[in-house]
Amino acid sequence: MTRLRTFLAVCCTTLLLVATGTQAQERFITVASTTSTEQSGLFGHLLPAFTKASGIKVRVVALGTGQALDMARRGDADVVFVHDQAAEEKFIAEGYGVSRQGVMYNDFVLIGPKTDPAKAIGKDILEGLRRIETARSPFVSRGDKSGTHAAELRYWKAAGVDLEAKKGPWYRDTGSGMGSALNTAASMNAYLLADRGTWLAFKNRGELGIVVQGDTRLFNQYGVILVNPVRHPHVKQADSQKFIDWLVSAAGQKMIADYKIDGEQLFFPNAGR
Amino acid sequence: MGEITTSLVLAGELVATGDARLASIVTLSLQVSLTATLLACLIGMPLGALLAVGRFPGRHTLIVLFNGLMGLPPVVVGLLVYLLLSRAGPLGQFGLLFTPAAMIIAQTILIVPIVAALARQVIEDAWREYREQLRSLGASRLRAAMTLLWDGRFSLTTAGLAGFGRAIAEVGAVMIVGGNIDGVTRVMTTTIALETSKGDLPLALALGLILIAVVLAVNTAAFMLRQWAEKRWG
Repeated sequence: MTRLRTFLAVCCTTLLLVATGTQAQERFITVASTTSTEQSGLFGHLLPAFTKASGIKVRVVALGTGQALDMARRGDADVVFVHDQAAEEKFIAEGYGVSRQGVMYNDFVLIGPKTDPAKAIGKDILEGLRRIETARSPFVSRGDKSGTHAAELRYWKAAGVDLEAKKGPWYRDTGSGMGSALNTAASMNAYLLADRGTWLAFKNRGELGIVVQGDTRLFNQYGVILVNPVRHPHVKQADSQKFIDWLVSAAGQKMIADYKIDGEQLFFPNAGR
Repeated sequence: MGEITTSLVLAGELVATGDARLASIVTLSLQVSLTATLLACLIGMPLGALLAVGRFPGRHTLIVLFNGLMGLPPVVVGLLVYLLLSRAGPLGQFGLLFTPAAMIIAQTILIVPIVAALARQVIEDAWREYREQLRSLGASRLRAAMTLLWDGRFSLTTAGLAGFGRAIAEVGAVMIVGGNIDGVTRVMTTTIALETSKGDLPLALALGLILIAVVLAVNTAAFMLRQWAEKRWG
């Protein structure tokens, strides 16, 4: 029995050592953001520069915009960095966020099979979607309340397509992130709406290509919001404000403009607008 | 087939060059899952022994319950722990969400039923064999449970390894409570999920192969340790 006790003591000591080892303290803020900023590689480019300038580490949790805002509503983030202006303004109106600042934009692109069976190719996103619906060509939807999903639903509505009535086997609601949805579309040669950043960084393209781009309606604005410290007192207000200020500063904006994949700029800074 | 070959080569390169990021991700994976396994053994094995040796109302229900909970969906455990640790949740003030500690808690909950259920089976078999002997020595049920646990320690490693296997392979729970934060809570499985999302399938598969190799290495170590210990003390 004494051996059992020794054994237990050894176990507990090991456990304590491991637990204290993983609890190393550092100065950090938590940012709830979108899969597009993370998976396009923008944060990997941006954050080391901020940490170097400020000494503050940024921990990014990448989710869909809807989920990121919900996470912040529960008080689990200090800053949200997302792209769905309507949802962001609602978030602030509810008292969860302090104020919203525009940071940058990129654009959405309609991706589809290079053979373009629905003849959707062109510069008009609404016409493109109408043709996909008419041809009943496979279309993959994020279906996850993300910013891209919200934008897709807005375009269907503007195109005069009543999805609830027209939804059929051609419309695949995948409930997944941008990358997973792209994988699905690549494997079934379907159309989908994607943000240009994730598309450019995406490697498993299969037979897919850009079908519609350059429509001004495809503009995709990103905003940054400080979570309301009145509502959630543990929010790291000072350090979070430093991050927001840096993003909209000349230095931060230049870093955003500098991020390129294969010579192509992914995000266009437009703070103050 | 070409992709699988690419992945094999890539996995070999990553290991051979001693990629620092990969090393830290593998270390964190092991740290989290081994700690969770240790905790689950400390909780699950005595629990299993009591279920095997004890006689109390509701024992059969508990046995069935633990057997059933072996199939606990990781994503549900993740969600539960998330709601508990979230700032808006009952344990929010500790600020544990999105830390390795949160991941350890989730994995421990996930694998306690596995360890307990398998330990119960091992101890129950031993109990059947030694029951008369232990009784004639006047051992209480509690004492008997402790003795059988110690006696069956070598057979019980399988229960621990089954728990470890489940912990290190799951992605649903650690993704939710850890947040897959680069350099803080990013482990092997969440990295694989992320690279799959990025469409880098060869890299994702290469990481998967490395994960399998790591699990095999842990099992080999456990096997050799057991052999050595059995020779020494068995």
